[in-house]
Amino acid sequence: MTVSILLFLPIIAALVVLLFKNEVAKHVALFFAVVELAIALFFLSGFVADASTQYSIDVPWIPTVGVYFSAGIDGISMLMVLLTTVLVPLIILTTYKHEYKNAPAFYALILFMQAGLLTVFTALDGFLFYVGWEAALIPIYFICTLWGGENRIRINIKFFIYTFAGSLFMLLGIIFLYLQTPGKVYDIHAFYNLSLDAAHQNWVFWAFFIAFAIKMPLFPFHTWQPDTYTEAPSAGTMMLSGIMLKMGIYGVIRWLIPNAPVGFLQWQNLVMILSVIGIVYASLIAFNQKDGKRLVAYSSIAHVGLIAAGIFAWTTQGVQGAMIQMLSHGINVVGMFFIWDIISRRLNTRDISQMGGIAKVAPNFSIAFLIIVLGTVALPLTNGFVGEFLLLKGVFHYNIWFAAVAGLTIIFGAVYMLRMYKNVMQGETNAVTVAFADIDGSEKLVLGIICVLIIAIGVYPQPLLHISEAAVTNLVQTVSAKFINSKF
Amino acid sequence: MTTLIIISVLPIVLLYLGLYKMQKALLPVTILGLLAALVAAVMQWGDNAEPIYNGMLLFNNFSIAFSVVSIVSTILILLLSKGYFEKISSHIAEYYAIILFALAGIIVMVSYHSLVMMFIGIEIMSVSLYILAGIRKNDFASNEAALKYFLMGAFSTGFLLFGITLIYGASGSFDLDHIRDYVALHPRDIDPIFFTGILLIIVGMCFKVGAAPFHFWTPDVYEGAPSLITLFMSTVVKVAGFAAFLRLFSASFILMTDFWAPVLMVITIITLFIGNITALYQQSFKRMMAFSSISHAGYLLFAIVAIGAGSANAIFVYATAYSIASIVAFGALILVRQQTGSDNFDGFNGMAKRNPFLALVLTVAMLSLAGIPLTAGFIGKFYMFTGALSQYKFWLVIIAVVNAIISIFYYFRVIIAMYFRSADRAEVEVPPYYKFVLGSAALATIVIGVYPSIISALI
Repeated sequence: MTVSILLFLPIIAALVVLLFKNEVAKHVALFFAVVELAIALFFLSGFVADASTQYSIDVPWIPTVGVYFSAGIDGISMLMVLLTTVLVPLIILTTYKHEYKNAPAFYALILFMQAGLLTVFTALDGFLFYVGWEAALIPIYFICTLWGGENRIRINIKFFIYTFAGSLFMLLGIIFLYLQTPGKVYDIHAFYNLSLDAAHQNWVFWAFFIAFAIKMPLFPFHTWQPDTYTEAPSAGTMMLSGIMLKMGIYGVIRWLIPNAPVGFLQWQNLVMILSVIGIVYASLIAFNQKDGKRLVAYSSIAHVGLIAAGIFAWTTQGVQGAMIQMLSHGINVVGMFFIWDIISRRLNTRDISQMGGIAKVAPNFSIAFLIIVLGTVALPLTNGFVGEFLLLKGVFHYNIWFAAVAGLTIIFGAVYMLRMYKNVMQGETNAVTVAFADIDGSEKLVLGIICVLIIAIGVYPQPLLHISEAAVTNLVQTVSAKFINSKF
Repeated sequence: MTTLIIISVLPIVLLYLGLYKMQKALLPVTILGLLAALVAAVMQWGDNAEPIYNGMLLFNNFSIAFSVVSIVSTILILLLSKGYFEKISSHIAEYYAIILFALAGIIVMVSYHSLVMMFIGIEIMSVSLYILAGIRKNDFASNEAALKYFLMGAFSTGFLLFGITLIYGASGSFDLDHIRDYVALHPRDIDPIFFTGILLIIVGMCFKVGAAPFHFWTPDVYEGAPSLITLFMSTVVKVAGFAAFLRLFSASFILMTDFWAPVLMVITIITLFIGNITALYQQSFKRMMAFSSISHAGYLLFAIVAIGAGSANAIFVYATAYSIASIVAFGALILVRQQTGSDNFDGFNGMAKRNPFLALVLTVAMLSLAGIPLTAGFIGKFYMFTGALSQYKFWLVIIAVVNAIISIFYYFRVIIAMYFRSADRAEVEVPPYYKFVLGSAALATIVIGVYPSIISALI
């Protein structure tokens, strides 16, 4: 069994879904997503949590230019594969109450995107990584533009061009590294073994950094994000925020820092500052948002800023924190956007100021909402806490003042999230909210799973931390050794 | 060689068929003849070719690969022509014959081994195209296109010929190998007129391939000529122009890259920006394609600026990708124009609902032209970037990336019009042979994009 099954099944599934009618398509898509999850869990069951790469595949693709179809799963990839395969079925389930036009195309695009995402998370060949990177972008562009809100055309072309621009620079970086390898290959290990001079590493660093910073998005490359998140259909927003932005974070861990360690060292301070600014800036804007979906979008920028800061500090704890937080953030943000999907579907508005008292009429909904809010604000014993604690610890090692400012994200997050919860759920019901129906069926199922995950990971994160621990330790140490060598 | 003979005899056969009013036989005979020429070309593959006819022609793998691309593109284009020429005039045999004469010139252009043959090839092709651009005799734009093309073409031919004579004057030979030997034997005392000759040839070739600042004929000619002829010009002719360009520079002038590469680099950068930025402002799809073809000329020039072992392969892959995507784009345009009567973007509004198939293949073509991965166009750009980066031309590549980003705007306009805008129109009727050509071209685009080894290892 190799990882290729994981990569090709969603593509086949996408083609199969296209053959079905509108009403059946979602069931077929869900079926395939669950099969994909089962395969991922099977891989997990046989996974040995050391630093090695498992389930690898390595076959010639374009051998004349050194391109190989080379992919595999190590501890870092395993967590990302789990994140993707767990969230996609959940996201498909969240769409059960929607009636989409051309539903088969919608679900086919989601599944195709899943293939691209999994390729990114498992690729060990620079060319393959780039192809997966773009293969994930095209479907989400169409999802957002075909099924999105009013200003979707203008906003999504901006989104597309922004991210495409970033990735083209990354392509240049990859090609440049390829040309430097002695055997002219795109193999990531050959890239790791290069020792380029500082000037060239500078080029490589910026080529990769721009792509990843735009994708995450990191301040000041975030301007596409709130609009795109707000205008996208809910499932699209969840794919973007739950999984796709992790591509950027994963890219930093796997492709940016190890490939250009000296380049990274030169700019470490700057990128730390950008991350921390992003945290504070996005939190401050989130305070003033009236649109719930937009508020969550800004809070996502703040959370990603902390993850980025934790990685850029480049300590084992920080990177481990980033790994677990990527998982937690994916779960929480999907839950949060689903909450707002449910609200806006029932009330036809996302304006927080018009709401209130929903807790009285919808008790189950209010419990789920509260658990997700608590997970997002990183209350101890929820999943958000584990990650943010480790991340802050990593930043603390780097610089105590950065840690102090970055720590504000927890306070700010608590303020705007709890205030949002208060305004929406508590108080007296009004004309808008009085008829709010409680969650049922598929909504209950999705929110139930999300709440269980939030608490389970919060109480006992050790198994997940263990999966990536060896791989992260190994990577951090190898790269840190290069930092030291470069100083002499 | 057999290929060239078949393609030269075929038009004469067609003219006789026309004389005896066998209109129905024209297209099948043309296609069969071209397939025979194709087979003849492929049969020669891999032979250790030697120059023939006293060093006039050389059918090496380079020639065969580009002959095959040209012939296949021509076959696809001619399949789209069923019923097209009949609407223009009743003497359709001539049109087929002239297209094939142009193709014969193109075969010479990709297999010459002497500057004289290069010139003859270019002229056979150009004279045929002057006529083809003006086949809508009663149409003002078509006449303008033909006249403009003729005047500009004749002018550029003058430059080219002057350049060739100066090269001959300095080196004493038209033979590509002799010219290369002349450069190698005179590392320090190359005659100044030799340099002038190279510059004049660059000017002449840039005219022919539509690179800025010698591109002024392109938009008007492309817009004025009938769409099918525009398609022929922007694909087969342009590809042949680049093949000829590369063949000359890699065979004869490769030792003098320090002299001409900076000149071509400036031309490349201007071409990229002019093509892309002007394309942004077009309302007409056809005119947008004309300007985008200028920008693609810029990308193709990369392979010559960063000349090296991979250049032929890069141009081959890029040109193939570009040709098949253009065939889809113009094929769709011809159908839309038949319905709406205009070449504007508006004509594509809401096409996804009415003609999902047409919208899908055109989307694939646009993504390929924009260079999105998993399409052939990406592989082409990938090779171009690799070539330029291998010579550390960082800024050139960054400028190319900026241009690739600009191009997204206008290629996506088509996709946006088709999928996200709506219009009250009836379904466009897609004849079966259009379905075949467009479908197979789109399929080829994806197949090459996913598994480029099938064509990229040829040269």
